[in-house]
Amino acid sequence: MSGRRSGSGVSSISDDQITHLVFKLQQLIPELCARRSLKASASKVLQETCDYIRNLHKEVEDLSDRLSQLLASIDTDNDQAAIVRSLLM
Amino acid sequence: MMNTPQQVKNPSTSLKSRFITRFLGALTKINAEDPISSPSPTRIFQRYRRIKVASNKSMAYSVRSRRIWSRAMLSRFRSRRSAFSGRRSSVKTTNCTTINVTINENKTAKGGLDMQTDELRELVPGGEAMDVCNLLDETAHYIKCLTTQVQVMRKIVDFCHLSK
Repeated sequence: MSGRRSGSGVSSISDDQITHLVFKLQQLIPELCARRSLKASASKVLQETCDYIRNLHKEVEDLSDRLSQLLASIDTDNDQAAIVRSLLM
Repeated sequence: MMNTPQQVKNPSTSLKSRFITRFLGALTKINAEDPISSPSPTRIFQRYRRIKVASNKSMAYSVRSRRIWSRAMLSRFRSRRSAFSGRRSSVKTTNCTTINVTINENKTAKGGLDMQTDELRELVPGGEAMDVCNLLDETAHYIKCLTTQVQVMRKIVDFCHLSK
């Protein structure tokens, strides 16, 4: 929030670099994936990115919740090999 | 610190398999320490929390210190653990030496974009200290890892359902 102009040696970030990184992000977000050929605005991509990350966090929580109830039903020790195999397929 | 890909044939598979191994190990441990399905909601909530932490920890450990976000997350875990022993924990940031200066300078240089990066910085571990380039790059990797986490956890849940 300061009015200082930048003068010290912060890494010079070109607009092109930013645009490229924003586009790379866009391709990861399902909401924006359809617009593969069109570049969404940076602020749109950032907004969708934040929403997407929040969704993913929520999913991790939901799945943890379900696992906490299901966990006792499997013997992960013995089943572990089977699980790993099926997960990696 | 640059991340030079070394003998990375299929990075997502090996990251995924590392995560699976660690996470299943953690689940086995949690299961062993709390064997019977307890009716008590408190126990179930505790188990939920342990599983969630195990999931995030397993992913962060699988990425190791190759990423700013994973280093930040691992540092967070360590400082929580050493909270009682009174040891100081230091968060290593690579490109940014002073946090406040960088963020302020970005604000003057990039205008509107940084209003929105504030929100993103709170969501990505270690985001507060990154410059915009790193933030975007780290975010992309963080998202890939989160989706792997979710994907694996879903498969484990499905497996639990199948073996019921």
